[in-house]
Amino acid sequence: MSIMGPPSASGRFGEYGGRFVPESLIPACFELEAVFNEAWGDPEFVGEYRRILSEFGGRPTPVTELRRFSEKFGVRVFLKREDLAHTGSHKINNVIGQALLTRRMGKTRLIAETGAGQHGVATATAAALLGLECVVYMGEVDVARQALNVFRMRLLGASVVSVVSGSRTLKDAINEAMREWVASVETTHYCIGSVMGPHPYPYMVREFQRIVGEEALVQSKEILDGQVPDYVIACVGGGSNAAGTFAGFVDTTAKLVGVEPEGGAAINRGIPGVVHGMRSNLLQDDVGQVLEAHSISAGLDYPGVGPEHSYLASIRRASYVTANDDEVLNALQVLSKFEGIIPALEPAHAIAYVIREAGKEIPLGSTVLVTMSGRGDKDAELVAQLLGDDV
Amino acid sequence: MPRESLGRLELALTDKKMSGGKLLVPYVCGGLGDWVETIHAIIEAGADAVEVGIPFSDPIMDGPTIQEAAQKALEAGTTPWQILSEVRRASFSVPIAVMTYYNIIHHAGHERFAKELEQCGIAGSIIPDLQLDEATDWIRVSGENRIENVLLAAPSTPPERLKRLADNSRGFVYGVGRMGVTGEHASLADSASEIARRLKECTEKPVLVGVGVSNADQAALVSRVSDGVIVGSALVRRLLQGGGPQAAHDFVGELRRGLDAG
Ligand SMILES: Cc1ncc(COP(=O)(O)O)c(C=O)c1O
Repeated sequence: MSIMGPPSASGRFGEYGGRFVPESLIPACFELEAVFNEAWGDPEFVGEYRRILSEFGGRPTPVTELRRFSEKFGVRVFLKREDLAHTGSHKINNVIGQALLTRRMGKTRLIAETGAGQHGVATATAAALLGLECVVYMGEVDVARQALNVFRMRLLGASVVSVVSGSRTLKDAINEAMREWVASVETTHYCIGSVMGPHPYPYMVREFQRIVGEEALVQSKEILDGQVPDYVIACVGGGSNAAGTFAGFVDTTAKLVGVEPEGGAAINRGIPGVVHGMRSNLLQDDVGQVLEAHSISAGLDYPGVGPEHSYLASIRRASYVTANDDEVLNALQVLSKFEGIIPALEPAHAIAYVIREAGKEIPLGSTVLVTMSGRGDKDAELVAQLLGDDV
Repeated sequence: MPRESLGRLELALTDKKMSGGKLLVPYVCGGLGDWVETIHAIIEAGADAVEVGIPFSDPIMDGPTIQEAAQKALEAGTTPWQILSEVRRASFSVPIAVMTYYNIIHHAGHERFAKELEQCGIAGSIIPDLQLDEATDWIRVSGENRIENVLLAAPSTPPERLKRLADNSRGFVYGVGRMGVTGEHASLADSASEIARRLKECTEKPVLVGVGVSNADQAALVSRVSDGVIVGSALVRRLLQGGGPQAAHDFVGELRRGLDAG
């Protein structure tokens, strides 16, 4: 049995997970669970999912060795290149799976939340591919800082709803999408973008992202003459690219490290709480109000984290660390200049950790696999501003 | 259930129902303006019990009106403990149920929160994101502290589950009147009378319908089937518009007359 197997019948990974949603949504959660379990065991469904991800999504994505970077920092670093997947991030793996399930359930409409806009773009793409209607909820702050992605979603035929409640970022976009889902659940599937939400989402999304880790395991063994990397590192917002990556390596000797943003570090600074349908680590005040996260990366600007990460942290199978905004900006520039790869701000957190800890936490000479969860185009304008450049 | 084993909330509602009256339970957001005065006013106008909201940062079952009220109350520095102690001090003449989201209770701990409710004279709890399958421990702990936990039943709830849910609910059963979040609507959804009918078929407990019941006509219409109604957004909107206790009194009086006229 894998450490990252199915959760318990109540959707628990250890003490984390569950199904904390209004009664109105419970039948939809049960239906989704049943349909997913059946589909995931159906070779025809899995075949179509894999075929679309290869023909349309560009899989398998390569693993790239960072030669100049490795020489500079004294550890041997490989990137799993999800930035090269269609739409520019790992999000496509999940949405193709969920869009196919939507069709299987006879639903015709997808709604999604998005922070950085990558999940919104991916959902809009999958909807266009399968002829589904698509509405994306996005906090007003994120609409402003990820304007390019808003335009991409509209071009793909989706409507984008700017959410003005609360902190106007990812947390509130999720609230609004959930509220809309309560009202439209008959015809609409809520395509959650990370390993979070009520059961079966954390499990289902991890399974759809597992392909990242499974490919990377085979690829890194090929490069390392049958060995697995010493470290496997990924950034953690909700935690889907990390969960997918870890799923491939959790039963090997690799050390797993999730990198949280300093201003949204649910595992490092949160305590168990319940929001968005799940029990997991959560940033909250002294009476249980959920706090706002603060990160330059819209995709990691979230006060919670997927429940399986809380579990992996609790059993110490994975460790979780943080990187701050300055380290991230630096990492983005270093990777761009040394390797010709402009990372998104999210995976730049994982790179920042490697830069900071090479020769310290990560011994010199270690082999390190980092999931490059997305490309940096969407952040170019913001980064230019932060660096005082005019675009 | 024998009468002596009923909690205060269920007893009060059952007595009223037995005497042929329809039940009226308005919702007031704790911490919003002069909410304590408002509750006194709506009790005078004929509320049979009052649902007091403890605002939460992420109210996923609430539409724009109650969201705004919660946000205002939080910005004014409202805390759960402060609301509970004000309820205690006010010692209202009808049963009070608190309505909040589960993280507030989870954060405090079940034992501590239930004891605090009990000490403040609160009769019930309504937690829209704590559905039956996750509620077992809270139902037990709250019950041990004489708090009646009300479960919500939705139009989408299948028959077998509806029965289990009604059996496990205390105080009354909350029939969610429409597939959606709280908010006012021009007309009553068909699902409101339908959920009332389905619940009445499987329980003797008082059945109240809330979510989307917006005025006296709608309240009277659904109460032909249900034992009464819960009205939130329509009242909270009047408070947000600056109406104060008097406007609340007038509106709840209207609802009362509508229900009494049938
Ligand atoms: C490129 C990229 N990486 C990571 C994330 C964070 O999500 P997760 O932690 O689920 O992988 C996002 C979210 O928008 C993203 O766009």
